[in-house]
Amino acid sequence: MELLANLGDGFAIALSWQNIGLALLGCFLGTIMGALPGLGPSNGVAILIPLAFTLGLGATPSLILLTSVYYGAMYGGRISSILLNIPGDEPAMMTCLDGHPMAKKGLAGEALSLSGIASFVGAFLATWGLILLAPQLVKIALLFGPAEYFALFALAFMTLGGVSSTNQAKSAFAAALGLGLATIGVDTQTGVPRFTFGEVHLYDGLDFLVAIVGLFALSEVFIFLETRHGGSDAAGRKLTIGKLYPPVSMIRQTTPTMLRTSVLGFIAGVLPGAGASLGSFISYSMEKKLVDKNGTFGTGDPRGVAAPEAGNNAAAGGALVPMLALGVPGSGTTAVLLAVLLALNITPGPLLFSQNPDVVWGLIAALFIANFMLLAMNIPMVGLFTRVLMIPSRILMPIVAMVSFVGIYGISGSTFDLLVMIGFGVMGWVLRKLDVPLVPIILGTLLGNSMENNLRRAVTIDNGNWWTLIDSPLSIALWAIAIIGFVLPLIVGARVKAKMHQRRDEEGAISD
Amino acid sequence: MSDRIFGVFGMILAVGYFFAALAIEESFLSDAVGPKAFPLIIAAILALSGAVIALRPDPEPHWPALGRLAEVAAAVVVLILYAEMLPVAGFVIATAFAAAYLAWRLGSGPLETVAVGAGTSIGIYVTFHLTLGLSLAKGPLGF
Repeated sequence: MELLANLGDGFAIALSWQNIGLALLGCFLGTIMGALPGLGPSNGVAILIPLAFTLGLGATPSLILLTSVYYGAMYGGRISSILLNIPGDEPAMMTCLDGHPMAKKGLAGEALSLSGIASFVGAFLATWGLILLAPQLVKIALLFGPAEYFALFALAFMTLGGVSSTNQAKSAFAAALGLGLATIGVDTQTGVPRFTFGEVHLYDGLDFLVAIVGLFALSEVFIFLETRHGGSDAAGRKLTIGKLYPPVSMIRQTTPTMLRTSVLGFIAGVLPGAGASLGSFISYSMEKKLVDKNGTFGTGDPRGVAAPEAGNNAAAGGALVPMLALGVPGSGTTAVLLAVLLALNITPGPLLFSQNPDVVWGLIAALFIANFMLLAMNIPMVGLFTRVLMIPSRILMPIVAMVSFVGIYGISGSTFDLLVMIGFGVMGWVLRKLDVPLVPIILGTLLGNSMENNLRRAVTIDNGNWWTLIDSPLSIALWAIAIIGFVLPLIVGARVKAKMHQRRDEEGAISD
Repeated sequence: MSDRIFGVFGMILAVGYFFAALAIEESFLSDAVGPKAFPLIIAAILALSGAVIALRPDPEPHWPALGRLAEVAAAVVVLILYAEMLPVAGFVIATAFAAAYLAWRLGSGPLETVAVGAGTSIGIYVTFHLTLGLSLAKGPLGF
């Protein structure tokens, strides 16, 4: 009952004109960003953060705007997967497998609306999962001391490395690089400057928003310049949608698939280190094993369209659970959302639920509202978004670059930050070429300070005894999971990951 | 080969970071761990992962031809100039030039280049400055 009361309060907050308007804007922008190859949830959200921030939006409205973008991108990604066989963002890559064959058979409209319904079911169930699971996780997190938090952060980095890259050493390198960048600036505990080399601008540390926008958004512009990919992927093709509403029998046939994959996707999303891409991947693989008796998967089976879409939307909801309840994001986009909270001086984690219940429940209520908006946008109005696919990237990318600059300049008004952002853009471009994952770098810059503070607090409380880090059963368990999460993919993961990244977006959109 | 160079670069970075960490001045009021320990742990991970990357390289990534590389380098130079010129020339003028350059290099024709440059710059100015009140760089002409 307390839950319903909380949810009621949440709706009271979310149902203001401003918040509804922001959710609508977020859903619209998110669907566009998801639909356009090259712009995905993580770089889409990254571009908008500085803007939400400089416009002086409060915590709840900013989060409503940006999570609506996140949910919207999960919906939008399928449009170009189905119509063009090019995933609009990485989580939508599995939708190509059956969605595009369906479109070739003249069932594009059915595929789009079916996947829209599947997205809705996945996101709807995952939002309920978030409501039910997050408070339980908070109860566990309240038992955490500094040593356990340190172990939890280590776990996040080590499991993220297991999933996000095909090379563990590169993920470890990325994590260390991010943590190293976070140590730049005045030490919060003793007040001595570290790694500033006398540069006054560095005393405050590097602004993680600058790093995020540079790494995610600007590096994308460089990739497009390098490949001179200036046209539109849709150019010269006729995008016919045809009949929009699927027959009832098709919906009935795919319902069990949607329900199963929603649960599976949600679990995949909650797990540390796994995001929506993994959610859609294992959803599709499991359904294929389970129901594909006649070998129709891959030839335009509606269940093969419903499975990955329900899976990736559910995983997006699931990924919010550890971000909100523990303050440790498991995927690229939730890492970017964490940056929003940190930039607004709100520390996610167990205390968020007791100190800022309005933020949590307002956000959850807004997610329900956004989900209905997205259903409306993505089925009857899907024709509007297919037109967006016609925009060539030679027009789009300059806009992306300039909006990134405006956002960062708006925060600080300093040329120095812009130069740092360009530096991160170049770094992001080189690292993406070398297949080094960017998400651990972002996570490192975001969590570095609190990871170090927890380490130092734990050891200081125990009078300089480092063994305190593995002193409690809880922290031993966390370390054990962390080590398994790092080592296991080395043994069994190579095959799965190779398959999962096989169909990667050719412009190399960031893994999520 | 790229990964070997990258790995070695990672190790050099780790060594540099290691010595910079050792050079941190300790305050007389320090906690039990101090400001050096965490950076030293990171330097170790950095060096270790760099070594592994260098010893077990992935297949060679697809590097662009020299011309495309120059393309990216030129874009970086233009963006740096943009950042430096922003407070001098003002937002609208600087942005129009930078956006037009990017559109041109991505393959727009002359007319489209001008349209993208002017459109992006004025569009952002109207949306973010006039409508939403974000403060942008002011040039000598006031915009």
